[in-house]
Amino acid sequence: MADDVLFEFLHMEMVSHIYKDQASRGEMDKDRATCVSTLEGMGFRVGQGLIERFTKDSPSFKDDLDVMKFICKDFWINVFRKQIDNLRTNHQGTYVLQDNKFALLTPFSSGKQYLEEAPKYLAYSCGLVRGALSNLGMDCVVTAEISLMASCKFQVVIQKI
Amino acid sequence: MSRQSNRTTDSKKMNAELFTLTYGALVTQLCKDYENDEEVNKQLDKMGYNIGVRLIEDFLARSSVGRCQDFRETADVIAKVAFKMYLGITPSVTNWSPAGDEFSLILESNPLVDFVELPDNHSSLVYSNLLCGVLRGALEMVQMAVDVKFAQDTLRGDNITEIRMKFIKRIEENLPAGDE
Repeated sequence: MADDVLFEFLHMEMVSHIYKDQASRGEMDKDRATCVSTLEGMGFRVGQGLIERFTKDSPSFKDDLDVMKFICKDFWINVFRKQIDNLRTNHQGTYVLQDNKFALLTPFSSGKQYLEEAPKYLAYSCGLVRGALSNLGMDCVVTAEISLMASCKFQVVIQKI
Repeated sequence: MSRQSNRTTDSKKMNAELFTLTYGALVTQLCKDYENDEEVNKQLDKMGYNIGVRLIEDFLARSSVGRCQDFRETADVIAKVAFKMYLGITPSVTNWSPAGDEFSLILESNPLVDFVELPDNHSSLVYSNLLCGVLRGALEMVQMAVDVKFAQDTLRGDNITEIRMKFIKRIEENLPAGDE
């Protein structure tokens, strides 16, 4: 099956639809934030659903780090067909996941071209991660940043209750 | 041991779930945005069309299928190669019109609706309408204008899911003016 292509195309359509829809309503500045949160919200719901199915047969996790390792490995392989390249943490609830060849960005460019457009294509994935972690009992804020195309960093900050 | 091997073979299926769930999230969002089933159907078709015109390139590059001689061959390629490649199912091709310009694809299972139940207040929503757009868009890129729609849908209580395809015309290639 080649459904990863399907997912990539669907994701592109989704992003373009949401941004077009908002742009037609005017008020560009405010809208950028709503677009991101709409996409993020969709990702959140899907992440919740996916993690239930991924962890069906896996043993329970020891601690937060164990959960993050699962996200970096199994979750990422299932969703984006590769592992996270680098995981860093300050041991105080902040994790940085670095993917040097992020699947949803690789078709764009491998330099600075389209760098301004790229963040649109990360909101959904941030939501996926947040949804997954949320169903594993971790409330987080997930953000992403890109410095050079196709390589991006996801920052996960666990919210203390 | 068995668990480990299970996980690796399942990874393809998992990815399909990502697609199914993402599609579900999209339909949910559209329903929220438009509050009108007809409009949602139209949007899904439009998005499908945009996907189709790009997907055809991926398909031709991967499958090395050449130009189809007639609509029957097209039907076969769609059912046996394209559906198999992208959704992992092989619909059956039936109900040919006498003129040979119309046929039905019968889907025994539809991966798009794997975890879906339609609520009562969405009776005119064609949940998988994206597929129609994809087929229409892809065929347009190989010079075939085709009308695609869902004739039956298990989500709406029918026994089978049936996509009806009608050949309209062959699109002439537009040569630039002054070019022979």
